[in-house]
Amino acid sequence: MVNQYETVFILTPVLSEAQIKESVEKFEQIITDNGGEIVQKKHWGLKKLAYPIQKKNSGYYHLVEFKSEGTLIDVIETQFRRDEKVLRFLTTKMDKFAVQYADKVRAKSQLTEKS
Amino acid sequence: MSTNQSEIRYLTPPTVEVKKKKYCRFKKSGIKYIDYKDPEFLKKFVNEQGKILPRRITGTSLKYQRKVATAIKRARHIALLPYVADLLK
Repeated sequence: MVNQYETVFILTPVLSEAQIKESVEKFEQIITDNGGEIVQKKHWGLKKLAYPIQKKNSGYYHLVEFKSEGTLIDVIETQFRRDEKVLRFLTTKMDKFAVQYADKVRAKSQLTEKS
Repeated sequence: MSTNQSEIRYLTPPTVEVKKKKYCRFKKSGIKYIDYKDPEFLKKFVNEQGKILPRRITGTSLKYQRKVATAIKRARHIALLPYVADLLK
């Protein structure tokens, strides 16, 4: 069964721009290679953490929304665990209200970009 | 002596407390999904120490209180909200 999922992960602040891009692409590659379809991705940039994680006070947040089989989640989460650059990750299954909300937010942000 | 009765005066006027009825803001404004990625909104449902406020204070209905709680817990996990804090607000 194909579900829609949403993953937020935090990368360490010590990385350079190129390294961030590389690791983000790596995870997106994993999703697409395993039969997932990326709906939306968003880079929040460097944000301050509410509490220190691994003695770091900030991190690069990245959000990916994708449609896939549930088996992909196992694959991607082991990759997150193996990667030392990832401080935290959170994958949630989106119900229909979450999908509606995400679509609304995306439509809004597109409007503001145009104007 | 009917005029006398209506002129009873109290030293301190008795305060009549009008209790404002609490309501569930999600039901009222039709919010169906509570976003864990929006810490500013979730801060309305935690106290200064970062603890989740009970339903009897916020007036949220049970259905949405559960959703608020999971949203706050998710936000804590990805470090958007603190687990413990001294002065959050």
